[in-house]
This record gives sequence, structure tokens and C-alpha cells, in this order.
Amino acid sequence: MDYSLIQTIWTVVVMVLFFGIVIWAWSGKRKERFEEAANIPFAEDDMIPVNKKPEEKTHG
Amino acid sequence: MADQQTYNYTVVRQFSIMTVIWGIVGMAVGVLIAAQLAWPVLNFDIAWLTFGRLRPLHTNAVIFAFGGCALFATSYYVVQRTCHVRLAFGPLAAFTFWGWQLIILLAAISLPLGFTQGKEYAELVWPIDVLIALVWVSYAVVFFGTIMKRRVRHIYVANWFFGAFILTVAILHIFNSAAVPVSMMHSYSAYAGVQDAMIQWWYGHNAVGFFLTAGFLGMMYYFVPKQAGRPVYSYRLSVVHFWALIFTYIWAGPHHLHYTALPDWAQSLGMIMSLILLAPSWGGMINGIMTLSGAWEKLRTDPVLRLLVVSISFYGMSTFEGPMMAIKTVNALSHYTDWTIGHVHSGALGWVALISMGSLYYLVPRLFGRELYSLKLVEVHFWTATIGIVLYIASMWVAGIMQGLMWRATNADGTLTYSFVESVQAMHPYYIVRFLGGGFFLFGTLVMAWNLWKTIKGAEPAVGAIPEPAAAH
Repeated sequence: MDYSLIQTIWTVVVMVLFFGIVIWAWSGKRKERFEEAANIPFAEDDMIPVNKKPEEKTHG
Repeated sequence: MADQQTYNYTVVRQFSIMTVIWGIVGMAVGVLIAAQLAWPVLNFDIAWLTFGRLRPLHTNAVIFAFGGCALFATSYYVVQRTCHVRLAFGPLAAFTFWGWQLIILLAAISLPLGFTQGKEYAELVWPIDVLIALVWVSYAVVFFGTIMKRRVRHIYVANWFFGAFILTVAILHIFNSAAVPVSMMHSYSAYAGVQDAMIQWWYGHNAVGFFLTAGFLGMMYYFVPKQAGRPVYSYRLSVVHFWALIFTYIWAGPHHLHYTALPDWAQSLGMIMSLILLAPSWGGMINGIMTLSGAWEKLRTDPVLRLLVVSISFYGMSTFEGPMMAIKTVNALSHYTDWTIGHVHSGALGWVALISMGSLYYLVPRLFGRELYSLKLVEVHFWTATIGIVLYIASMWVAGIMQGLMWRATNADGTLTYSFVESVQAMHPYYIVRFLGGGFFLFGTLVMAWNLWKTIKGAEPAVGAIPEPAAAH
């Protein structure tokens, strides 16, 4: 097969793939799952343990 | 195993501390060579201290030692905390730490001695390249091994960016470093002529795109939401941001070779892909900044958040400047001038360093179970760093454009108006301003180091308990 034909096909494939991803991401069905995913960093408590401040803390 | 109920914080702590130390070293060398450009006598006629040898030491130290340690620390922390599982292969993770430190040490010795492959950002000689490949593959095994045993079904977007960064850097490094060794310290590239140049800038630009961008975007997608206390502005935008960035970045390299022996079509392709790159870059920037929508008032009270948000602003600025400079006609003026140096530092100081430092301010208190020693000092750091960056990039804009204009100026009879040395002389005041800017930035880093030292001094290492899997599945 001609080399430039392979390049052309590949360009089209990648473009279709990309627009597919965009449509997939914006489809209504994903909304709930994405909201859940966006909250993954908040799924656990990782506050700094209290009452363990450095003793000589003088600044704000 | 009780061990499996806690996160591996040890390796994160090690990398976090070394981030600070290598940051100081790398930036101090940067300030020294900036001073050498203003006052050449400062190389003291010692070969090891000449600009040509210290410059690669500076770039390697800030990118791979400072930036690299920051990436290791944050990716190991984020992947554990978003997968609810302990880091895979503990001993291998320890190997990545000690291996990476050894590489940095070898770089710090071999570069001043004058051993180099002569490829920008890939100067290290072949035995060190082999060690880098080993450590990097181990990094990939640890990171993806952790992803594979995750207890949260979805892979959080930050991990996608970290994963792409690890995978791509492995490929870039191995291909660009392919060489025929002729002695312990010398080798010849596997590629010749313009192909070698193209491979080098395919590597070089993607070192920017994946090492200095994708990895730090991983930080952005975790630490900005955490510090702001709200989820990322748009998760679907983050998905599209990821794929768009991956699809385009890899093609932008030829813009480093405008008006060279590289075929014209390849130059134009590089320019077009660089221009397209503006879209995903700004998509990501908007996503990061808009995460604060509804919580803008936090910027007034939280200097750490301010540091993070200003870093995203610099990301936006430099990713606007980059595509503009990739336009061939603009590049005809800007290339080989100090404008490029200014552009790189707008990205490196403004984006890469500030987001790493913001992440450290978040990370260190949690790794040592102590509140940050002083928010006032974070404030001081924020302002000195910002002033330093502005001095740096503004002086380099003026210097660079002036250089470009002086080099291309011709008299009516076609002869050059200025000799090269006249353009060098004209740079002197701007080089002094740049040195001051770098000095400000280094001072800010030292303030951060002091603040973090006071935070962790005498502290017991914190233990991070892994939550029960109930909610995860």
C-alpha cells in the first residue's frame, strides 16, 4: 500500500477517534459517573491531624 | 498484613524533601550562571565553573532533579490516595528513589567535568542513560502496578496525566538516547544529520510536553481541587483536555528546527500542530482556574491556593506565547535570542516550580502530621517568587526582541548594521535584571525551605490509613 495513503487513513482514524471521545464525554449518560469521578479526591478524610502544631509557632 | 492498611508515605516523604534540596541547588546554579553572563569574570577561569558546563548542570538539576523529585513525590501520593491502595512493589519504589538520587549525583559530577552527549536536556553520557532507563521502567511498574490493584473503579484524571507522562518519557528517553558507545564516557548517536536533529527535538519538545506539562497537570488536577475544597470545574473537559493534549503535543517538535535543513513541510507541520496546541492548553488552564468559581474569596485568605492559581495563570501565558513563537515568521525573529530563554522560564518558574511548591505546601503537613509553620512566610515566598518571575521574563522579552532586531538590521548597501558583539554589549543591563529576578526567586525558595523545615522539625512521620473499601466499589 502507498505510504501516503496509510498516512491519510491514519489521520482520518485519529480524527474520528478524537471527535468520538468528545461526543462520548459530553453525552448525558456520563454526567453522573463523571460527577462521582470528580469527587474521588474527596472520598476520604486527609485533614492534617490536629493538636500536633509545632510548639514555637508564632506567625499567622 | 498490617502494612497493607496504610499508604506508603516513606517514599513520598523522601522525594518531597529532595525536591526542596535539589530546587535550591538547581536554582542557585541558575543564579550563578545568570551572574556569569552579566559579569563573565565570575567563572574564575576554572574550567568546571564555565558557563558551557554549568548551564546543562542547571537545566538538568531544575528539570530532572527538582521537577523529577516533585513528580515522583506527587504521583506516588496521588495514585495511592485516589486508588485507595498502598503503593505496589515497595522495594522497587525505594529503588526508584535511590536510583534517581544516584543519577542526579552522577550528573552533578559528570557535567562540570565536561562529559556530555551534546543533546539539549539529554546531555548525560550513555552509562547514566542506561541507569535512567532502568529507574524509569521501575517507576512505570510501580505506578501502573498500583493502578492495577486499585480499589476505586474509576481511574481519577490526575493519574491519567501522570501515567501518560511516565509512559511517554520512557519512550522518548529510550529512543533519543539510542547510541553506539565507543568508550565508557563517549558514544555516537544512532541517528545521523537532520534525522538526529528531528529525533532530538521530538524528544526535547515532548520533555516539555510530557515531563514539564502532563505530569504537572496531574498535580493540578489533584492539589488544586483539594486546596480549594471543591471538585474540578468540569470532569468531561478534563477527559477531552487529556486526549487533545496527547494527540497534539507529540507533533510540535519541528518548531525547534525552523529554517534549518529539516524539510519545509515538516517545519510547517510543527508550526500548525503548535498552534492547535493552544486549544487543549487553554482548555486545561480554564478547567484549573474555574475550579475556584464560587470560592474566589479563598484567594484572599489562602496563600497556598494563590500560589497554585498563579501557576496556572503562568501556564496559560506561556502556552499562549509558545504557539506564537512557533509561527515561522515570529520564530525568524525570536529563535536563538533570549526571548526563548524568557519563554522557557515563564513556564519553568511560573508554572512548573510554583505548582510544585504549592503542592509541597499541601503535602508536607500531611506527611508529617503538622500544620504549616507559617502562612505569613508562604505569603513572603509568593510575592518574592512572583516579582522574580516578572523581572526575569520582562527583561528577557526586551533583550530577546532587541537581539533579534539587531541581528537582522541591514544598511542600505546590504551590510549588517551591527556586529554580533555589539548585540552582546546591548544585553548587559537586561542580564543584570535577569540575575536580580533569579535572585528573588531563589530567595523565595529558601524561605519555603525554612518554613517547611520548621514545620517538620521534630515531627513524627504521619501514618496514612487506607479507608475501608465499602464505598469504593
